[in-house]
Amino acid sequence: MKTKQKIYTLSLILLLLLFLYLALGLNPVIWRYALSLRIPKTIALLLVAASIAFSSAVFQTLTNNRILTPSVLGLDSLYLFIQSFIVFVFGSGMLARLGENFNFIVSVAFMVGFSLLLFRLLFKGEGRNIFFLLLVGLVLGTFFQSLSTFMQVLIDPNEFLVIQNRMFASFNNMNTEILWLALLITSLAILFSLKDLRKLDVLSLGRENAINLGVNYDHMVKKFLIIISILVSVSTALVGPITFLGLLVVNLAREILKTFKHKYLIIGAILIASIALTFGQLLAERIMNFSTPISIIINFIGGLYFIYLLLKESKI
Amino acid sequence: MIEVKSVVKQYGRKRVLDNVSLKIEKGRITSFIGPNGAGKSTLLSIISRLIGRDGGEVYLEGQLIDSIDCNDFARKLSILRQTNHINVRLTVRDLVSFGRFPYSEGKLKVADLEHIEKALEYTQLKDEQYKYLDELSGGQRQRAFIAMVIAQDTDYILLDEPLNNLDVKHSVEIMKILRRLVRELGKTVVIVMHDINFASCYSDHIVAFNKGQVVKEGDVEEIIRKEVLEDVYDTNFVVQDIMNRRICFYY
Repeated sequence: MKTKQKIYTLSLILLLLLFLYLALGLNPVIWRYALSLRIPKTIALLLVAASIAFSSAVFQTLTNNRILTPSVLGLDSLYLFIQSFIVFVFGSGMLARLGENFNFIVSVAFMVGFSLLLFRLLFKGEGRNIFFLLLVGLVLGTFFQSLSTFMQVLIDPNEFLVIQNRMFASFNNMNTEILWLALLITSLAILFSLKDLRKLDVLSLGRENAINLGVNYDHMVKKFLIIISILVSVSTALVGPITFLGLLVVNLAREILKTFKHKYLIIGAILIASIALTFGQLLAERIMNFSTPISIIINFIGGLYFIYLLLKESKI
Repeated sequence: MIEVKSVVKQYGRKRVLDNVSLKIEKGRITSFIGPNGAGKSTLLSIISRLIGRDGGEVYLEGQLIDSIDCNDFARKLSILRQTNHINVRLTVRDLVSFGRFPYSEGKLKVADLEHIEKALEYTQLKDEQYKYLDELSGGQRQRAFIAMVIAQDTDYILLDEPLNNLDVKHSVEIMKILRRLVRELGKTVVIVMHDINFASCYSDHIVAFNKGQVVKEGDVEEIIRKEVLEDVYDTNFVVQDIMNRRICFYY
């Protein structure tokens, strides 16, 4: 019961913040225009919050590790690499000419394709576990990052600005058409995994206990990894790299809800992520006057929390 | 009955199991003994499908284990490994409830709750059921895991060194619980044991392993003998009858 009450409280806070975000500064003259900007942003906020929270919570369960996020799979770096590559080879004009839609589809396709290839190669033989996958993901992530940096220093500084814009997550310049597509993919991916939520509880007991309790471990891990890679790819291509948020919200959800049940944990994490993003966006728009991207605010707070987490864990 | 037919397991070039064949009878306690690295735990992991094998077959009641559905398998056979580190903070009751997962998929029904109560009673953990696992002593923790396996209500229970790190009192407690499971509920228990005297006092059947092969198997009288044990462990043994039990002295 207590867990449910906490979830209701979190929902209430979120509703309040959403109301604030949508309503603050509206007046009879501009309300139509202002809302036409704010509503898609709100949807995007909630969408990204849901996919980041969901994928991080599941990822931490699969890896049995509380300080990892799906960013170690290297998808963020791959996204930046794709963007840098397009600008490096074709110029930033190409990026504009192709349009956001095309860029979104190409980026998502590449990221999902890359992860599928990675999983396929790595889960072939026995004895290759998920940590081997993380190691390879980490190495490839660094590789893509270095390649991006290499291309970024070679290109024209003005072109670099275009890439730099994409290095930080931002909800301010989004195309609404992509938003619907992203919403569709994300909802499908999450719906597809809903029936296995209870199996996640068992997976959190570790591989051997999960197998003992009749969970098809390898199948589940593969399935969830694919869903994670889809969610991360979509949200990254939509607003930019923001997986760090996952670390923050999943751990906060754990601390607040004190439950091992993923049903609650995931809902809690999604609510907290939505609260964090709405609050961050509110801060970025109203106080910073659009001068600071939201991801800097999130990363700053997330970084502080990460240090706190490390200090706390080292004491035990 | 579990039937193991010429099972082979290799890590790189090293054969940890070399053509092992044996039968495990129903309704008895079977102990696997042998020196470290003899392949006892590996065989247990193969039988319970935790790891694959490189050759041979394992049959559970006549069915090839690979052909059994995961969930059905979990209702027939359970395994408890020697190290059970869990990253999540659970109460004893939570853990025991997990034992019902193959039946309930997480939604506990009345029958499941009865099984959980019974498992807690069997392991005398009723008073501790709402304590967190990290608040328990080693003996209580081990009993909590055994309670989970009891709640799982499988005909076959495989235990990998359940007495590891336990003192005499707790070891005896656990062995008595296992004996009761066999006597009262007709379970089949397979244990990997390091303490030969415990194996001698509580087993119906003993299988002695060495270097990835079964050296000898039989009942207590056949295995707990000076010649056999000296051959298996490569150490000097004195075996004596004390109060109708075969006790080994090898210190």
